Amino acid sequence: MSDHPSTYTPKSGIEKWLDARLPILRLAYDSFVDYPTPKNLNYWWTFGGILSLCLGIQIISGIVLAMHYVPHIDHAFDSLERIRRDVNGGWLIQFVHSNGASMFFFAVYIHMFRGLYYGSYKAPREVLWLLGCVIYFLMIATAFMGYVLPWGQMSYYGAVVITNLIGAIPLVGPSILTWLQGGFSVDQATLNRFFSLHYLLPFVIAGVVVLHVWALHVVGQNNPTGVEIKSKEDTVPFTPYATVKDAAAMILFLMLFSVFVFFMPDALGHADNYVKANPLQTPAHIVPEWYMLPFYAILRAIPDKLIGVIAMFAAIAVIFALPWLDTSKVKSMRYRPVMRWFFVLFVITCCLLGWCGGQLPEDLVFSLGTDDHGNAIGLKVVLLSQILTAYYFAFFLIIMPWIGLKEEPLPVPASISEAVLANHAKH
Amino acid sequence: MSEPVNGTVEGHDDPSRRDFIYIAAGAAAVGAVAAVAVPLIGQMNPAADTLALASIEYDVGKVAEGQQVVVKWRGKPLFVRHRTAAEIQEAQGADLGGMKDPQPDSDRVKAGKEQYLVLVGVCTHLGCVPNMGGSEFGGWFCPCHGSDYDTSGRIRKGPAPKNLEVPEYAFLSDTKIKVG
Repeated sequence: MSDHPSTYTPKSGIEKWLDARLPILRLAYDSFVDYPTPKNLNYWWTFGGILSLCLGIQIISGIVLAMHYVPHIDHAFDSLERIRRDVNGGWLIQFVHSNGASMFFFAVYIHMFRGLYYGSYKAPREVLWLLGCVIYFLMIATAFMGYVLPWGQMSYYGAVVITNLIGAIPLVGPSILTWLQGGFSVDQATLNRFFSLHYLLPFVIAGVVVLHVWALHVVGQNNPTGVEIKSKEDTVPFTPYATVKDAAAMILFLMLFSVFVFFMPDALGHADNYVKANPLQTPAHIVPEWYMLPFYAILRAIPDKLIGVIAMFAAIAVIFALPWLDTSKVKSMRYRPVMRWFFVLFVITCCLLGWCGGQLPEDLVFSLGTDDHGNAIGLKVVLLSQILTAYYFAFFLIIMPWIGLKEEPLPVPASISEAVLANHAKH
Repeated sequence: MSEPVNGTVEGHDDPSRRDFIYIAAGAAAVGAVAAVAVPLIGQMNPAADTLALASIEYDVGKVAEGQQVVVKWRGKPLFVRHRTAAEIQEAQGADLGGMKDPQPDSDRVKAGKEQYLVLVGVCTHLGCVPNMGGSEFGGWFCPCHGSDYDTSGRIRKGPAPKNLEVPEYAFLSDTKIKVG
């Protein structure tokens, strides 16, 4: 916390010399060694560290891939194959990078749901939450542009569909679309600029991560009780307690990562992306990567093009507004008996939206027999998507503000320390 | 601050001249940013060589009746369709009332050349390439989000807001067209 006095004491002559000129070791010590951490943090809190690891893995593997990748419509696809087959260790680096994107999103979704459940967006952490939302948005943009680079069929039509979303804007849409694509379709100019931006954005993300961590260290970490730190009794030093816990979680996470990289590297991808991009033939069933499927389902749930696009962007924008939509005085849903169930329903909704995004809109979720013409009738994916989309928005715009005012919260412990001791007494 | 400061007259500090310098410097800075922004934004627009590829010629006589040929134009697929008599009849006879983007078939073909339909093969929803066949209306069906176009390329069902675009083209001779 910002009011925590620095306890760094330079020992050697060099440390003293540096401390008087650039107190960088002091900053590191105060931020990552002696930093007071709530002593009741659970494993859901380890995903911040895991996400830093993910960003590091993506940047390092990405820089290496850029040494071999050719951003040209005639060579991009082949250069990827060359990386996989001929470049020394290229297969490993490429699979780490492509699966790394999925792992990154997996971790960020857990991180976001954790923040949502424990009220980590509530005062005084609004700016912290907003910066996190900015990072998430940048991650989507980076992942999208990265997915275009292999120049397979899915890459190509993903780029076509997403850039065309901009074309839905009335009046100026088509001009912006041409400007964005650098031509009248997704072509060489588009690929080249996406490569440039895909290289740039991770460093922008890293910059916002610095701000995110800075904001975190100003207000201090939230914790499972949602009660702020009140005394030294409530905390432990970041090192070794949080460092070791984060490291343990990272090892488990890397094990999961390795299962994908070494045993099922294409499980999260699409076979169609091993077909070179063909502007004259759209694959029969195009879908985005799994981490964007919920938003894709929202887009398709709405039959009007412009409103569909607005709804999809609103689904992300509403996350930014969260700190001002929640009216509850209690942070942690551990003490919110009603809201907790709406949260569970929300997580299920997001997962089901993801499932819907991967299906064809006219497919049936389940069949209820056939009609007079022999056509199967039942719940269509598009109708389920509409119901889920309605709940997605209702959760933020109606349930959050309304339950916060109506709900009778459970008694909140006086301090973190008290909650921890009470829990120990029970066992 | 025309008043004397601390009882002394600050002769060198002519306020109006100083204000002018601040405003002028600020305006110059804004102008400089705009001057830098124009080429930086403009470079992303289509380059001269991209624009130069904007028109093509094609001999529609090569397309047999009932057949469709896909030609690349401006990086996009161009459908050149030689329609059958039944398809032309259906296109002309369709009821415009129920259409999302009502347009008579005669506005979408050249007079006397009703058999040839030239379309930009890009779904007006989100830019996928619709397939010939699979349509309820005898035309094109988009695999991405299920937009359905009839034998005139008009949107009849699904999320697309507009008919398939008819590009600007002209017959140079009996069977030769110039697109763009």
